[in-house]
Amino acid sequence: MTQHELKIICEKNHFDRHSLMDILHEIHDHQGFTTEEDIRILSENLKISEIDLRQTISFYHFFACSSRGKYTIYLNNSAISNLKGREEIEKVFIEEGGCVKNGVSPDGLIGLYETPCIGMSDQEPAALINGRIFTNLTAFRAKELLHNMKKGLPLEDMYTTVYGDGRNAHPEMKSIVRNNIRRVGPLLRPSEKMQVLKNQVSQMSPEQVLEQVKLAELRGRGGAGFPTGLKWQFCRMAEGKKKYVFCNADEGEPGTFKDRVLLTEKPEDIIEGMIIAGYAIGAQEGVLYLRYEYKYMKNYLEYIIQTLREEGFLGKNPAGIKGFSFDMRIQLGAGSYVCGEESALIESTEGKRGEPRSRPPFPVEKGYLGYPTVVNNVETFCAAVKIVQFGGDWYNSLGTDESKGTKLVSVSGDCRYPGIYELEWGFTMRDVLEMVGAKETRAVQMGGPSGELVNKHQFDRILCYSDLATGGSIMIFDRRRNVIEDVVVNFMEFFINESCGSCVPCRNIPKLLKEKLDKILSGKGTSQDLADMERWGAMMKINRCGLGHTAAHPILSSLKNFRSHYERKLRKHTDFISDVDLLEASKEAAEYTNREPVI
Amino acid sequence: MADRISIYIDKKEYFTTEDKTILEAAQENGVYIPTLCHLPETESSTSCRICTVMVNGRPLTACSTPVGEGMEIDNSTTQITEWRKSVLEIMFTEGNHFCPSCEKSGNCRLQALAYRYQIMAPQFPYQFNEREIDATNDKIIQDHNRCIICKRCVRAIKDEHGRSFFAFIDRGHKLRVRLDRKLGKELTDELAEAAMEVCPVGSILVREKGFETPIGQRKYDLERIGADIEQNGQMKNHE
Repeated sequence: MTQHELKIICEKNHFDRHSLMDILHEIHDHQGFTTEEDIRILSENLKISEIDLRQTISFYHFFACSSRGKYTIYLNNSAISNLKGREEIEKVFIEEGGCVKNGVSPDGLIGLYETPCIGMSDQEPAALINGRIFTNLTAFRAKELLHNMKKGLPLEDMYTTVYGDGRNAHPEMKSIVRNNIRRVGPLLRPSEKMQVLKNQVSQMSPEQVLEQVKLAELRGRGGAGFPTGLKWQFCRMAEGKKKYVFCNADEGEPGTFKDRVLLTEKPEDIIEGMIIAGYAIGAQEGVLYLRYEYKYMKNYLEYIIQTLREEGFLGKNPAGIKGFSFDMRIQLGAGSYVCGEESALIESTEGKRGEPRSRPPFPVEKGYLGYPTVVNNVETFCAAVKIVQFGGDWYNSLGTDESKGTKLVSVSGDCRYPGIYELEWGFTMRDVLEMVGAKETRAVQMGGPSGELVNKHQFDRILCYSDLATGGSIMIFDRRRNVIEDVVVNFMEFFINESCGSCVPCRNIPKLLKEKLDKILSGKGTSQDLADMERWGAMMKINRCGLGHTAAHPILSSLKNFRSHYERKLRKHTDFISDVDLLEASKEAAEYTNREPVI
Repeated sequence: MADRISIYIDKKEYFTTEDKTILEAAQENGVYIPTLCHLPETESSTSCRICTVMVNGRPLTACSTPVGEGMEIDNSTTQITEWRKSVLEIMFTEGNHFCPSCEKSGNCRLQALAYRYQIMAPQFPYQFNEREIDATNDKIIQDHNRCIICKRCVRAIKDEHGRSFFAFIDRGHKLRVRLDRKLGKELTDELAEAAMEVCPVGSILVREKGFETPIGQRKYDLERIGADIEQNGQMKNHE
């Protein structure tokens, strides 16, 4: 871009380095990547060093410093995408499209890159092409897409199906994504927009709102399960000139897509929840952090926000509530799983690499730009609206003794009806499997790769925070799948790629564990290797953040629940085989000397 | 004045004030907790994890966790020693560290900690990662073989406008610390030496300064790491 164009972008963002994500997005929207020259000019305008800019750019999967093609295909490489036929699609792109894996075709037309779960596990294989979603890909569709790209067609002309159901077809969205809502509860039932704000909140004090959320015993729906009422109370008590409400729509846990559906069908509820949180804690501003993979919703969500603003629900005195004002904006992410961690999400919104902060201080005391900040998951805000509407008592009566209310789960993998199910806490795994039409199930990954891999003897376990907790992901694998090769390996690769790399154990141990897996799969594993994996994996608890704490879970939980799958592959009667293959290592020397080594 | 409180480290009672971190409280009481990425006066990085202690059964970093009245801290259980040794072993196997030929030998915190914790053969396999040596700058040489990615130089070395000379590039196991090519040309002698000083290992070297102090007369050649803190504690006890 020209010096002048870049200056205008910087000016629009008040030459503020904290707006770096927005600035970089605008450059990428224009030309697909940031050039050396762009970096030089930005560095001058924002008064930060070039290396500091590269620090942010190089952290995010969807930012680039060189062209990724006129068309950039990000093909999902999740375990679910694999079992739905990803490999075949990739083969077509490479063999018939001249694509290079994780690179650009020689003519510069098509870039083909792998990307972790894009939130479409119920309609895989799926890909993100220039920010648009293409689902249910087949070899035929892949060929068709290639043909269209070679003809230079615009993306919107490449769809061959009607737009998706519900508001996927909204003129501001026009996506072919389908909702696949299979079971509704209080959160997913139709609701009238901003009724709770108008009718209830306007008659309540902030303390009364907070009281209801605490009474409901609502816990965070993103996965960590922290009591929401307590979080709001801490933030309310914290001192700060300003306070912020963040909605975490960075749904990155592989296998989760429930926030996608809420963002599509219930954006007014989410925003209403954010306003209610703002009212309860005394915040004036909100930010909805939207993962890059859901960029196709950005215009639509901005349209909704603008409409609500015009209708008087955002801005000064929302729904006529005196002495209170609240407005919000969207922050688009750029591809990083760890940004789903609340402090990393804040760092990212400040235009930095998404590295989790060390705590204390917690975001509720010192969050975005140093101000007290509440970060809650999309679903948590929706639940808060219902709690204020029907009362904390009512919500508290749903679910189990220690897990209250309902939970949206995203079911994918080997089952007849993948999709979204709103369930009261307390169902057994077996109930869920019958509900979704899963047969001959071998393993269920509960709560995504950071959760637990459950075997068939554990199907009577209960969905709740103290037993089988989940932020929403349930992936089902039937008898055709190999637990280690099809599941564990994929999940470990995911964590290796998504670690921010800051903590020493998290930067190294997942990679070392993956090397152990490779050793076992190549038939050279021994019982000692299993013991090493358990010992090294246990060390992950000294990492800084949730990603670091759980990144060895695929190994640890499969070693616990599927140990025989490992043991079958071990070399018997020995407890040590070196990582070094002496024959292989001395091969070259043997060839030159024409002698066989004696080992 | 902050309030005086008591804490317990390895079941022994110590007094401190509540504005301190566990690390500061331990140090003023003569209890040594190892650190690598910690750099007083800068925001804690908590990336090396070597100062991990147990507080109420939870592993927490001593350099960033504030003390609280009656806090019970474990600093020398088998588990903690095991973790600390593992962190050191990972660092030695992740990079390429050849102490005998390193300019920083004797002034290197990693080497000193390895002696203190008696690291012999590491339990982790050597990665033999290919790392480059960046000698493009006129004043300093950056040897990535030795970098432990502690972020000390990133946090400490800035120009008068607050711009960073060093930054993280990439993420995960590909994470590296890089020097800004352009800004690097403006590196003053003082900042270059400060960069070498804050580097806990031999990754940042000022040209022609590597052997100013002869080997054998360097900090950790003369006393083991942490000895100063422990001696202070003994003197305090005598008082």
